[in-house]
Amino acid sequence: MNPVYLDNNATTKVAAEVFEAMKPFFCERYGNPSSMHSFGGNVARDVAAARAALAALLGASSPQEVVFTSGGTESDSTAILSALATSPERREIVTSRVEHPAVLNLCRYLARDKGYTVRWLSVDREGRLDMEEVQSKISDHTAIVSVMWANNETGVIFPIQQIGEIAHERGALMHTDAVQAVGKIPLDLKASAIDFISLSGHKLHGPKGIGALYVKRGTRFSPFVLGGHQESNRRGGTENVPGIVGLGTAARLAAKNLDEENDRVRRLRDKLEQGVMAGIPFAHLNGHKEARLPNTLNVGFEFVEGEAILMRLDEKGICASSGSACTSGSLEPSHVLRAMGVPFTSVHGSIRFSLSRYTTAEEIDYVLTELPGIIHFLRSVSPFGRENLEAICRVH
Amino acid sequence: MWEYSDKVKDHFFNPRNVGALEDSNAVGEVGSLACGDSLKLFLKVDPDTDRIIDATFQTFGCGSAIASSSALTEMLKGKTVQEAMDITNKDIADFLGGLPKEKMHCSVMGREALHAAIAHYRGQPSPAEQLEGELVCQCFGVTDLQIKQVATENKLTTVEEVTNYTKAGGGCGLCHEKIEEILLQIRGEQKKDEAPPVPAAKRMTNLQKIAKIQEVIEREIRPMLQQDGGDVELVDVEGARVLLALRGMCTSCPSAALTREGIEAKLRELVLPDLVVEEVA
Repeated sequence: MNPVYLDNNATTKVAAEVFEAMKPFFCERYGNPSSMHSFGGNVARDVAAARAALAALLGASSPQEVVFTSGGTESDSTAILSALATSPERREIVTSRVEHPAVLNLCRYLARDKGYTVRWLSVDREGRLDMEEVQSKISDHTAIVSVMWANNETGVIFPIQQIGEIAHERGALMHTDAVQAVGKIPLDLKASAIDFISLSGHKLHGPKGIGALYVKRGTRFSPFVLGGHQESNRRGGTENVPGIVGLGTAARLAAKNLDEENDRVRRLRDKLEQGVMAGIPFAHLNGHKEARLPNTLNVGFEFVEGEAILMRLDEKGICASSGSACTSGSLEPSHVLRAMGVPFTSVHGSIRFSLSRYTTAEEIDYVLTELPGIIHFLRSVSPFGRENLEAICRVH
Repeated sequence: MWEYSDKVKDHFFNPRNVGALEDSNAVGEVGSLACGDSLKLFLKVDPDTDRIIDATFQTFGCGSAIASSSALTEMLKGKTVQEAMDITNKDIADFLGGLPKEKMHCSVMGREALHAAIAHYRGQPSPAEQLEGELVCQCFGVTDLQIKQVATENKLTTVEEVTNYTKAGGGCGLCHEKIEEILLQIRGEQKKDEAPPVPAAKRMTNLQKIAKIQEVIEREIRPMLQQDGGDVELVDVEGARVLLALRGMCTSCPSAALTREGIEAKLRELVLPDLVVEEVA
């Protein structure tokens, strides 16, 4: 039986069309796009077509603004380190407390070992930034502002364009980790105040191991991976041709009917959310209700622990993820939920459901039939909240 | 994803003995909502025979926390209180066919709840109160005595292992040095227990001994303390008593007791196994 896969912010299924498009580039058209012979040289056209498709999805002004990389993490490192290298007189980075580890741990490293000052932006209980704080922390010392477009755990969307304008007023560069946003919200980078965007293939039904960095034309740039002349001297190493072709196809699919698809996903997500809230007492939404990706639902269930919920969901063939400490191997729960000040009673029991264009209404119905029983059972085992729950049950 | 044994999965999906026990006469509660796991253990003990007639639990926690609790209740039934006291966290983990190393603290939580319940039955203060000690890990509220006990019982040698078994050090990480010191201290004490009389040491004259202590302090101890803005001075040596004065940051350091024990362990290791360090003003 295929699983009910509601963990699409972790990774997605490779679209059948993507896989088909990639296939010839393994055993048949395996040439190197840099070669002088036509067998290899022709492959360069497919790489160019993929670049154009991705540029179109991003609303970039030219395909040349797209640099292919190995994924979101490499793109993040490239953008931030490039900004620091090209503005040596500026020693500060502004970023948020809820970034993905790809940015968070890089910034911690730069602060600890390289002497940079990192100005951390906090979030409120609904996971949103305080724009006054953003304004006050970006200064003439800021080399780069790096704030994610949408949060991977809660789906909360940040006002990136507005932050980019503030950054530019102070002469700083603007980077956004848009790994969760690309393909889920319409983008138009031509008119934006954004210099760098990181994205990853496997979050939008492309393959793993391929990503891209958008570099706005005219932006000062210093490469991260040094080597050959590939990617116009911006990223060394022979191109991951099957991955690039796959990402190009994924971008084409995402651009097609983006609004319709996302409306459908949003309706399914809302159905799941309403069903959970109506059917399970002591469940709270984590993250702002409106300013949120259409596919993401993060709920905190009080008095139960996330790993136990996931194990029981898994037994029923349902894949989700948790911000609980026990699932990560660390002992501390999600840095995102803690930064939001989610209370201890529900932070350990927080579950993220993330849908995709392949999610069906039947799957959502199935989750809604299984989940309440799981939460109820674990609460019956738990020593906490018993009195509250019993009081609620008496009322009903 | 964790590699759980079939027995862990069985006890998680079909936990035995869940719920409060109406007529229990021994209850032990450990952990908290904030820490991410908590166990309340209920025992019914026959006061005439000291035998455990029934055991149940309520647990908030991950799969292995629920499985460890369920396993513990099964292990306890029919045992005398004295036999139950001998159950170690390793016994609980073994009963389940092993636990992932990062999850060993779930078995430790089981043993702690058991000891708390038995103390309750016997009318003694809870082990947590007896084991007050000094708070080492602020994030998870773990004291030096708890760490010492679990580390000794399970022969733990690294900070990572201590974190896996007690959670101490699993948060902000500021207490890692303190945990190192405790481990160092345990090693020193074990050396003392194991070490047969050292003939070479016995032949040491008082002057040789003082010179050797001075050398170890200069070479090993002071550089370590000075890193944290502290310092130490050798005041006197009387027989096996080494009188030291802590200086600088050490005087106001909340872990001064640990520092003293750390120095003692080092001197025992490198000079004589029977030295006792005392702090003088």
